[in-house]
Amino acid sequence: MKVVALVPAYNEEKTIGNVIDRVRPFVEKILVVNDGSTDETERTAFAHGAVVLSHSINRGLGAAIGTGCSAARKLNADIVVTLDADGQHDPEEISKFLAAIEQGADVVIGSRMLTRQGMPWFRQMANQLGNIVTFLLFGAWVTDSQSGFRAFTSHALSKIDIRTNRMEVSSEIIAETKRHGLKLIEIPIRAIYTRYSLSKGQNFFVGLKTLFKLIVRRFT
Amino acid sequence: MPIQILMMGFSVFAIARTIRQFRKGTLPTNWLMVWVFFWIGVSIVVLLPQTTDLLARLTGVGRGVDVIVYGAIPALFYLVFRLYVKMEKIEREITVLVRKNALEKFKE
Repeated sequence: MKVVALVPAYNEEKTIGNVIDRVRPFVEKILVVNDGSTDETERTAFAHGAVVLSHSINRGLGAAIGTGCSAARKLNADIVVTLDADGQHDPEEISKFLAAIEQGADVVIGSRMLTRQGMPWFRQMANQLGNIVTFLLFGAWVTDSQSGFRAFTSHALSKIDIRTNRMEVSSEIIAETKRHGLKLIEIPIRAIYTRYSLSKGQNFFVGLKTLFKLIVRRFT
Repeated sequence: MPIQILMMGFSVFAIARTIRQFRKGTLPTNWLMVWVFFWIGVSIVVLLPQTTDLLARLTGVGRGVDVIVYGAIPALFYLVFRLYVKMEKIEREITVLVRKNALEKFKE
């Protein structure tokens, strides 16, 4: 099974090198999608031996994942594992994702809400809101709809149609999984919150914009 | 009344600008017709407010001007929504281009 890690990155020069190094033992290839970074993300990723694709301008998380999936297909990946470039995810847990796929999952989502250890209360609340929205709009209930730690089989990737560009992709992936009747398994993961990784991700206003875009996606 | 002068002035300006854009080729013929008729309609209503009374009678609303406002607001919401959908489409197209570019360099 060819396992490829997909790390979308926007201005993560401080952490991308470390993430690549720690992911390396668990996957065959590491794909970093540099989403129009203005810092040294691209060069750092290259220096740490990742395969790097670069967007000439910033398009958003969804766009980066879409590009990464296209590249993963070219690499004939059997399994694609996405994770964040800011160090929030522990690469040692990749084996849990692979185990879930062996149990028959097409899509695996790492959920921070199954253990909730160390997850700030405001993030938990925002997350629940995201879960509720995902459920109301797309009929799929998961405990951590916004998680960036996911795994897909090549079969799942061939079905999932990513049309959104930015943070709303997380909910869209779940919606697509339900739409195609793919088997989704959630597994508990640790969330590593440092001051750095807490500064990343969605805030309230971004969340509102995401909500609006998801509504449009649902009805168009 | 001052509002009539203002609105008439603006209608004339709008029609002139529309015709200029049409001549430049940036505006298709059908849109020219629609837009010019729209501003002529605005001018008529502004100069002869009695015309709105007909609308008022037909729709059962107290004042003709109110009918126009009741119609204009949903129309505006609809137009804005359509604009937003169009923008999202353009965003997707930009991403397709940027992705194509990124993947081409990847092959090398």
